[in-house]
Amino acid sequence: MEWLDNFWAIYSTLALSAGTNVLLALSIYATLACGLLSVANAAFMAIGAYGAALLTVQAGTPLLLALMVGSTGAALVALLIGIPTLRLSGVYLAMATLAFGEVVRILILNAEDVTGGALGLNGIPHLVGFFEVTISVAAALYVFLRLAHSRFGRTITAISQDEIATELMGLNVRAHKLVCFVAGAALAGLAGGLNAHFTSFISPNEYGFERAVEILAMGVIGGTGSPWGAVLGGTLITLLPELLRGLGHYRPLINGIILIVIIIYSPKGLWDGLQTLLRRSHAGA
Amino acid sequence: MLAQQIINGLSLGGVYALFALGFTLLFGVLNVINLAHGAIFMIGAYAGLQAVLTFHFSLLPAVLVAMLAAGIAGLSLDRLILAPLRARRAPHLAPMIATIGVAICLTSLVEGYFGAENLRFPLDTLPASTVSLGDVQLSWLDLKIIFLALLLMAVMLWVIRHSRIGRALRGLAESPKAATLLGVNVEGLFLATSVISSILGGVAGVLIALYTNSVFPNMGQPMLHKGIAVVILGGMGDVRGALIGGFFLGFAEVLSIAYIGSSMRDAVAFGLLFCVLLLRPAGLFGHAPQRRV
Repeated sequence: MEWLDNFWAIYSTLALSAGTNVLLALSIYATLACGLLSVANAAFMAIGAYGAALLTVQAGTPLLLALMVGSTGAALVALLIGIPTLRLSGVYLAMATLAFGEVVRILILNAEDVTGGALGLNGIPHLVGFFEVTISVAAALYVFLRLAHSRFGRTITAISQDEIATELMGLNVRAHKLVCFVAGAALAGLAGGLNAHFTSFISPNEYGFERAVEILAMGVIGGTGSPWGAVLGGTLITLLPELLRGLGHYRPLINGIILIVIIIYSPKGLWDGLQTLLRRSHAGA
Repeated sequence: MLAQQIINGLSLGGVYALFALGFTLLFGVLNVINLAHGAIFMIGAYAGLQAVLTFHFSLLPAVLVAMLAAGIAGLSLDRLILAPLRARRAPHLAPMIATIGVAICLTSLVEGYFGAENLRFPLDTLPASTVSLGDVQLSWLDLKIIFLALLLMAVMLWVIRHSRIGRALRGLAESPKAATLLGVNVEGLFLATSVISSILGGVAGVLIALYTNSVFPNMGQPMLHKGIAVVILGGMGDVRGALIGGFFLGFAEVLSIAYIGSSMRDAVAFGLLFCVLLLRPAGLFGHAPQRRV
């Protein structure tokens, strides 16, 4: 098993990042699935990361408790901003959540006494490994897959297809949206807490606009039709730059071109594209 | 002091307004949030700089070169990416994600070719002369930037309000289906909108490059954030809102740097934005539907 140890030594951070990115992709899937275009997940990730890391660094709190506090903190903030903002629709919600994300980032940047400001938070204990990340991803995925065909999951699908019809059937659209938004935030907060405890360093600029858009890209590239799409999207966006490492200077260029090609040829996401392909080859055989 | 700040606010605000005008036009007509608008802005800045450095153009021809380069970028953006996505009836988020890819590609190309370092205009190309107006010193450069920005805005407003193309554009923004039935060349107008939007972005790029005298591959990113803020403030897809929002942000920045200090400035701007959205979800001038249920 020596090669496995070697492999792990080299690629552990990458594998763990892939895991937390899958969690983030699932967190945006939670909102996209009911037709909410929210890009606040980077901010919720920041809240979870700073919440958990401050606890373990300054109070020596056990990891599990710190993660739970970080994640709950993100969920509470989501509840507070969700009640007024979720009445916005489409692109206006995206813009409001984008503005909220910037406010969170700049607040962290300026609360230097607590967060370390632009210099970031250093020396976070290395407490998260393969086990913690795998358990979290598996648990989240299990919940999503179980919910897909439950009463709740079907209501969410109905909302994404026609809000008015769903409301007329006597279902509480706002409450369901709020639950999705808060659950997504909790998951993003958990991903942030996990991520902070294997990178050992966090700074406010990791959670800015670029990260928010990257999370959205993971969700959309993977596909919003199934939780498996999020798994695919999160993994691909993490691994693609590494797979292209040999290309040197023009690596981001090829990376960008691949993203464009995927979107043009499979606009509903990779998961949907794969299934169409499978069905077609099935029918052909 | 205050007069000087007003001139600074006008020139910076004018550039923001041009950038936001291009962004909001593409959103209003094509319904696409173009996250590559910042990269096209950067292309404009590099094209203008190269025109001055290699061909020794003076400022006005350099601005024209920037418009041309950005226009070509806009043309390719529509033909290569947005048009195929329209043809495939892609879900509404797909074009936005594709433009992320475009932004990555353009930035990487420029960085690979020109390097990541900060480039500058040679000092002798920038007019250093000033005009005295009472006890206020105005630089010719600021005046030229303000003049050019206002001229372009006036042209755009006239085109949108009074020309045939403008009428067709407004009809298209209202309902693509109805516009097609009325015999409007929808695909042609989409293409034209993408080109015009990119030209506005490119001009903003070369003007800000002259204003700050610095050109670097990632210069479009902060601009994109500001452009989005301006467009939200004014109302997505609203031309008048983009112009007023642009000047508002320009003045807010200049005045807060002069009188408050810069650290919490962005938090105040985005915090304000957040509140505006809660009170008037469609922005100050927008009139989009809220939630239907």
